[in-house]
Amino acid sequence: MALIRDLAAQAAEMALVVGAAPLVTGFLRKCKARLTRRRGASVLQPYRDLLRLLRKDVVLAENASWLFRAAPYLVFAATWVAAALVPTFGGGLLFSWSADLIAIVAMLGSARFFLALAGMDVGTAFGGIGASREMMIGSLAEPAMLMIIFSLALLAGSTQLSVIAAFMQSPAVGLRVTLGLALAALLIVAIAESGRIPVDNPATHLELTMVHEAMVLEYSGRHLALLELASWVKLLLYLSLIACVFVPWGVAPPGSGWLAHLLGAGLYAGKIALACALLAVFEMTIAKMRVFRVPNFLGAALMLGFLGAMLLFVSRII
Amino acid sequence: MMVMSLLAGIGLLLALSVLALFVGARPAGTPLVYAIGLVLSLFLLAVSGSALLRAGPAQTLVLPLGLPWIGTHLRLDALAAFFLVVINLGGAGACLYGIGYGRHAAEPLRVLPLVPAFLAGMNLVPLADDAFTFLVAWEFMSLASWALVVAEHRGAGHVEAGYIYLAMAVLGTFALLLAFGLLAGPAGDYAFASMRAAHAAPPVAAVVLGLVLFGAGAKAGLVPMHVWLPRAHPVAPSHVSALMSGVMTKVAIYAVIRIVFDLLGPPAWWWGLVVMGFGGASALMGILYALFETDLKRVLAYSTIENVGFVFAGLGLALAFRADGMAAAAALALTAALLHVLNHAVLKSLQFFGAGAVLGASGLRDMDRMGGLIHRMKVTSVAMLAGAIGLSALPPFNAFVSEWLTFQAILLSPALPQWGLKLLVPAVGALLALAAALAATCFVRLYGIVFLGRPRSDAAAAAHETDPFSATAMVIFAGLALLLGIVPGPALGALRPAVASVLGTLQPAALRLPWLSIAPLAASRGTYNGLLVFLFIAGSAALVAVAIRLVAPGRTRRGPAWDCGFPDPSPSLQYSAGGFAEPIRRVFGPVLFRSRTSVHMPPPGETRPARLVVRSHDVVWEVLYAPVAGLVAAASSRLNVMQFLTIRRYLSLVFALLVILLLVLALWR
Amino acid sequence: MHGIGFDIAHLLAGSLVLVSLTMLYQDRLYALLNTYTLHAVVLGLAVAWQARLQDAPHLYITAAIALLFKAGIIPIALHRIVVRLGIHRAIETVSGIGTTMLAGIGLVGLSFAVMLRVTEGAALVAREDVAFALSVVLLGLLIMVTRRNAVSQVVGFMSLENGLILAAAGAQGMPLVVEISVAFSVLIAFIVIGVFLFRIRERFDTVDVRALDRFRGERR
Repeated sequence: MALIRDLAAQAAEMALVVGAAPLVTGFLRKCKARLTRRRGASVLQPYRDLLRLLRKDVVLAENASWLFRAAPYLVFAATWVAAALVPTFGGGLLFSWSADLIAIVAMLGSARFFLALAGMDVGTAFGGIGASREMMIGSLAEPAMLMIIFSLALLAGSTQLSVIAAFMQSPAVGLRVTLGLALAALLIVAIAESGRIPVDNPATHLELTMVHEAMVLEYSGRHLALLELASWVKLLLYLSLIACVFVPWGVAPPGSGWLAHLLGAGLYAGKIALACALLAVFEMTIAKMRVFRVPNFLGAALMLGFLGAMLLFVSRII
Repeated sequence: MMVMSLLAGIGLLLALSVLALFVGARPAGTPLVYAIGLVLSLFLLAVSGSALLRAGPAQTLVLPLGLPWIGTHLRLDALAAFFLVVINLGGAGACLYGIGYGRHAAEPLRVLPLVPAFLAGMNLVPLADDAFTFLVAWEFMSLASWALVVAEHRGAGHVEAGYIYLAMAVLGTFALLLAFGLLAGPAGDYAFASMRAAHAAPPVAAVVLGLVLFGAGAKAGLVPMHVWLPRAHPVAPSHVSALMSGVMTKVAIYAVIRIVFDLLGPPAWWWGLVVMGFGGASALMGILYALFETDLKRVLAYSTIENVGFVFAGLGLALAFRADGMAAAAALALTAALLHVLNHAVLKSLQFFGAGAVLGASGLRDMDRMGGLIHRMKVTSVAMLAGAIGLSALPPFNAFVSEWLTFQAILLSPALPQWGLKLLVPAVGALLALAAALAATCFVRLYGIVFLGRPRSDAAAAAHETDPFSATAMVIFAGLALLLGIVPGPALGALRPAVASVLGTLQPAALRLPWLSIAPLAASRGTYNGLLVFLFIAGSAALVAVAIRLVAPGRTRRGPAWDCGFPDPSPSLQYSAGGFAEPIRRVFGPVLFRSRTSVHMPPPGETRPARLVVRSHDVVWEVLYAPVAGLVAAASSRLNVMQFLTIRRYLSLVFALLVILLLVLALWR
Repeated sequence: MHGIGFDIAHLLAGSLVLVSLTMLYQDRLYALLNTYTLHAVVLGLAVAWQARLQDAPHLYITAAIALLFKAGIIPIALHRIVVRLGIHRAIETVSGIGTTMLAGIGLVGLSFAVMLRVTEGAALVAREDVAFALSVVLLGLLIMVTRRNAVSQVVGFMSLENGLILAAAGAQGMPLVVEISVAFSVLIAFIVIGVFLFRIRERFDTVDVRALDRFRGERR
């Protein structure tokens, strides 16, 4: 019985991240539109976009290889699996032990690897520009992410996301500079990794500034639908990660009943909505930065993460 | 018994190299020699593998050969068995690959006899149990590989590479000789058993550590002793490059483990810091060099330096844990390092096989002239893709597992009592994470430029698939890389006796949980299950593909590339290898390579092309080696006069030297 | 000793280090001055919290001095000076943000390693306070070393001085006399440097201290 419930929770989680990701993006776009005093499209517009793309034919470039056709599926699958392992409303994910936080980040790395390769496959200048920049951003964000994981793992004694989330709910946490620094660093990493302003602009098609859009420039039809959905899932993943580590209240503990899960789901929706609103405000108040300012931005995340880890040594636990 | 059969195998390899001298010139000789080599390597692999799995006590054998008062001591313990497995796995792969690839050799007689001899030398090093045998085997390995480096001596830079390699190898052996001299102590007992029993005084031990890091570190490619490696490894025939990068560097790592962990006695806490420092620096510098290199095989050689850095970081961590009595953590770090040794041996062999296939098919090593090979080299491109994911340390392939274990070991570092370690180990961890992420950039660049896009030259456009033997070798190694990544448990289990033989205690370093999960020390610290990750990713990709087929059975058309509406027929508008790495160069170049970029923009109206000039410096070479090379050149041009003396002068020189030596001897006592 | 009181002291002292680090990479003078104001505010809060923890009312006066002078009068005065000198638009290129930040982090690590080893056995709050204070002092020195503009050098010097006050507040039983003298010395230094700035400016028409080096070079 318990197994069935856990399986159901895991399946619900997998369905949730894919089902809710377009909604989150739609809500984010709506927030941004309202902030600029536009009506904006309906929050359901991303679903319509997906359906339209799925119905369209695929136009492949003449020299596209099998890698180009396989990459959308691999990118989407890796992102999806990574997202399904981040606790959203329930802590007791059945398969959460199959990958810890390091492995989740690495899975996103695999997705990025294939996406960058797909960008280079057709052999156009734009694909190269996108791939090259994406890999630069990714390779600078990864050490920062590792320092964040280091701080969290030092506090919680584990790199397992469910253990970290449970620890953050316990009263042992206290008020710590380290957590603040880790949060700041994680925010920077999340913004860079999910391609938001000021690092990348998901709405732009201006050639010289785009990163993600440049890589997927040659895609169309269902392939493009998958890649778009993957990027939305990735955004939701980072929002869920921040929510589950830094605002863990309400996440149903493992083995709790339906009611706790329902409450957790409600709170989770609230948290994500709030995060979207804050992200929208942030994006409205800041301008996109030059690509070569991004290393400084991510370097700051690395410094914050490292400083956080160091501050742990002077605090009381260790 | 097992030692005897291993010795027999090594002897047969030597006999094979003699045989190769006679049959090498015939067309059928090449496949014959490699086929026999393959059988012998598989035999050695089986024997050493069973020795590793049997996990019994060490077996020893003393032969009445060599120096009369020492004899030849041989010993097979689990550590040696593990490294023999790595060596013979790489050896078998290289021989299988060589059956097909060997026909590219212009002068087979310069290559063929040396490959079995090289294998024999590498096999003998882990078996040696006294300093004399060890050094003889080591030098045999070095010289055989040197001869292979200069085998294709007509190529540009080959002789220079051989010269630098020879100089570094001789210096390295000399350092090891001194280290053994210090270890043997005044009694002069060169058997490892007595070195193990006697613990050197702390200052002496520190000097030995330095000498070993120089001597064996140079062979392994540790920065800043790495300068020979990217010159020498690529110019050898590709299967020999695979052996040198994938296997010979591991023999050097074996030497470090054997001497520092086994013979040197209990470590001081700062040793770990030194070794980790070298490891972190090698990892970062190696991958940055690789990113800025455009020669395909040299990129791979530089990536070897990065991976050796990873291994050394694990070793340093193990030393630090061991010095503070944290046996379980030490075992975890050492397990991570050894697993990475195995993983890298598989992956780097695979990549060099692929590079050889590309070289054989198109005659190209310059990445900026390749492109689009995925359409013409189907098997090679799939195998190379596996290798590229693996070397980028991404799941579900194998190098991710060992790097994951290394990071888990780093996460245990706050329990160390020394403040220096507490603060610096996370810093090295950040360096390693940066190196791992840059490795992904490097291999996206390598694969994207070489195999994807449009061909940048006629040679690349006319490339063809490689021969079936080479392809088989690549496919087997690619499968092995995936297998070790999704089911790392058995490999970890096989490593336990090797780790135990080094640390003295059998530790449950990396737990193996049900469902083939692995976890460091305790399941609560974090778990990883490669099989599930692989199945999940493959399963959800398949699920999505099926779902999309059902929902959206849209047609697929081919059309010209979109490229924002301005498609350009010229393939030179694609990103080049240098262009791809330019953002990274902007970040790291000014500090680490003193690189300067200048743009020469013609004024409006002129038709002259704009020029972007990037100048960067190999700081290590210019600061450490160029002055020495200059001094040597100056001294040798002075000494050149000596070549043209009369016989009487020569005799008087020899006589004067003799008298001086006698004088020294007289004053000594 | 443990518990929320310690956590807040830790938080405030840690924030002071963080603000010091952010001062390192400010390339506009106004931004630098604003960050310095924040630095002084955090210092005032940290000292006030120490006063509560140690039950030492004289530290409240120190906190008030910090808030009033350092977060109020001095930044306003410096703002005016910057405007009068006409350098408020000047952008100072900090040489290599990455290297500077790395050096900064390294200094923080160094001061932790040194202080935590030296003060083994001391009270925990004092221990970490001293460690934080030393890193603030070192970072202040680093700011002074990496800047060319005299105004930012003054700011670096004052942030260094904030670190000293943090150390003084953390060590129990430090008399107020010392504190007042420290505050006055800063005031005097501020006046002297203010005058000095105008003198440089009158003579060389710039506040770039490289002008001084050049001048010395000509005389040699």
